[in-house]
Amino acid sequence: MIPAEFNYARVSTLDEALTLLAQNEDAKILAGGHSLIPAMKFRLIQPPLLVDIGRIKDLSYIREEGGQIRVGAMTTHYQIEASDLLKEICPLLPECAGSIGDMQVRNKGTIGGSLAHSDPAGDWPAAILALNAELVAVSKNGERTIKAEDFFVDLLTTALEPGEILREIRINKPNGRTGHAYMKMHHPASGFAVVGIAANLSFNGNNKCKAANIGVTGVAAKAYRATGVESALTGVNLDDASIGAAAAHATDGADANGDLFASADYRRHLAEVYTKRAIAAAMKSVPSA
Amino acid sequence: MKQAISINVNGADHAGEVEPRLLLVHYLRDVLGLTGTHIGCETSICGACTILLDGQAVKSCTMFAVQADGSNITTIEGLATNGNLHPMQEGFWECHGLQCGYCTPGMIIAATQIVDRNPNPSRDEIRHGLEGNLCRCTGYQHIVEAVEYAAAKKSGV
Repeated sequence: MIPAEFNYARVSTLDEALTLLAQNEDAKILAGGHSLIPAMKFRLIQPPLLVDIGRIKDLSYIREEGGQIRVGAMTTHYQIEASDLLKEICPLLPECAGSIGDMQVRNKGTIGGSLAHSDPAGDWPAAILALNAELVAVSKNGERTIKAEDFFVDLLTTALEPGEILREIRINKPNGRTGHAYMKMHHPASGFAVVGIAANLSFNGNNKCKAANIGVTGVAAKAYRATGVESALTGVNLDDASIGAAAAHATDGADANGDLFASADYRRHLAEVYTKRAIAAAMKSVPSA
Repeated sequence: MKQAISINVNGADHAGEVEPRLLLVHYLRDVLGLTGTHIGCETSICGACTILLDGQAVKSCTMFAVQADGSNITTIEGLATNGNLHPMQEGFWECHGLQCGYCTPGMIIAATQIVDRNPNPSRDEIRHGLEGNLCRCTGYQHIVEAVEYAAAKKSGV
């Protein structure tokens, strides 16, 4: 499979990339390439120009700053999976990273590329929604931050405007008694999420749930927050009955996808089951007081 | 428009001009004649085309040759030294880690990364590490044993 012809520009600064994007409306940004290149090989897209941002210094990092975790857009899934800092302060990120695709894909694919692509079966959107992340977009006009819940607009469509590049992902450092988990049904060939549920729960002194954030991927055209589940969990003592009742709302308001591998009904069923599992696993991950 | 690239493959420098759309796997096989790296699914699933790019196992069908400009690549041809098999190659030999052999170069390259990162992997860890490599002879049990053999040999057990 050979892609259509294109021109290629490798840039060494973000500014160069933004200039090329501003001059070439149909140019595409090449990050890890693990969504873009397959789409080009199938000739689903034929961009006239690829702007390779793979060699820009300072787009690949994981650090703590101002009470936040900051992850550069070009950080690979493997770098996140292997980060000792994140395992300690935000274990949902390495857990999600380790479930993406396979080892080779994780070595090359990037968190920023995955989010900007917004694949309906991508793993990151669920985790980013559950963590209430902010995404920093930069363009020739300056910088702005976009809330995760406003970022995913539709199938393969994000709130990024033409000429904007996703630069950084910011997450408030979890504190207090919190628990996280990401549970997914892997597509057996591609490793994509048939359904993936990220749970981020915080608790009072006992098992009473203070706040719940549930991110859902794989079910609909775009990832979403399961607000019905969240409100059913908030202020409630979590046990099998209350978790089960909450999980029944996992696909409220969602238009579930059906395909050859999983019908819409089956996806709704999986979403409920994996929501229960993710909540239970998140509870287990809470450090004992 | 062609682009000039310079890539070190298995210790040897190569320079030339390539079309941007030339995939790395085609550069290795068709331009350099290193046909040990196989093309399987062409869709980043089967792992037959796995190579090491600056020490990281990647699928060379999902990368353009121009992206590898200035990089160091190791293919299956570059693992043996002075005619001696790499411990992973020896493991596949000793444990019958292949039947038809088509997936083998990618399996061996991916497996070297697993053992480099985790010198004493469990069977589950080996299987998790090889999720991106498919063997249609389904000889996975022997492949896992081959990786265990190589890990033990490398750590001198």
